[in-house]
Amino acid sequence: MSVDGVGIWAYAVMRSDRAEDRTRGLHGVAGEAVRAVVAGDLAAAVGTVGLNEFGQDALRRNLEDLDWLSAKARAHDAVVSGIARSGPVIPVRMATVYFDDERVRHLLTNKRDAFDAALHRVSGRSELGVKAYADPKGLAAQEARAEEPVTGNRSGTAYLLRRRRELTSEEEAYRFAAGEADRIHRTLMRCAVDGKRKPALDKSLSGRAAWTVLNGTYLVDEGLIDLFMETVSALEKTTGRITLEVTGPWPPYSFAGDVEVS
Amino acid sequence: MTEVLPADNDRRLALVDLLDRVLAGGVVISGDVVLSIADVDMVVISLRTLISSVGSLLPAAESDFGGDSIR
Repeated sequence: MSVDGVGIWAYAVMRSDRAEDRTRGLHGVAGEAVRAVVAGDLAAAVGTVGLNEFGQDALRRNLEDLDWLSAKARAHDAVVSGIARSGPVIPVRMATVYFDDERVRHLLTNKRDAFDAALHRVSGRSELGVKAYADPKGLAAQEARAEEPVTGNRSGTAYLLRRRRELTSEEEAYRFAAGEADRIHRTLMRCAVDGKRKPALDKSLSGRAAWTVLNGTYLVDEGLIDLFMETVSALEKTTGRITLEVTGPWPPYSFAGDVEVS
Repeated sequence: MTEVLPADNDRRLALVDLLDRVLAGGVVISGDVVLSIADVDMVVISLRTLISSVGSLLPAAESDFGGDSIR
């Protein structure tokens, strides 16, 4: 069905049973109706899109346009999340486009075992993101206060000692926060099937003066999500000046790409 | 969770988290309209676009993407 000027945008891979039901009513990045392409026991959720907007050159250009990028990213995620609500799903990285349905079927057949293993791995599980922010000033002040001698000595020596403490306190605060981040990650890993520490988002992106000391993401059994959230709350109470932020549940974006599919 | 952020900041954070997943996550399979060479670059380019647009709104946007994990 190769028609000039259209391509097949892939959203996700799932089991073929109920695939038509699971994609019904969803609309994709071009506003197109999402449909299922079936091969054996697997199906891909796809949409037919115009190559004038989603072809190679157009994609390169458009991905640099923040408004376009954010709108399409939300649309792609809406389809993946919509399918995730009704069962296991492997999200496909955004901007994977085929020439026709036959090519998609070929891929499903060719990589059947890898997709099957990936679906097993994510079944009944969701992804939760946890970020930890530390306020360097708050931490440093806390450390300095803790070390203040109770006698209130006002001599020159005391002044010099206090000044030196101030200069090293930021470094100490950083080391303390990094240690806390390690502890938080280790604790969360105990409530998760798997977890990863991603690079911290740039300060200019987070829009905070605080350090991002942890940008973790975790694959959690759906039955254990409440426990995971309670653990996050408990951790936050014991970490003092560190603020935790949870995002999700997400479809397993960060845990579906581990399976070798090339 | 205890911090209150302005709504637009929340939205921006949510977008960054989303892009971090849909562009850098998901299973990587080769499509016919190939962006494979640009796969990694693409994400960085996109985030750079984001930084420059966000950067103009923020006084403290000093560093580049992809540097040290902290500071």
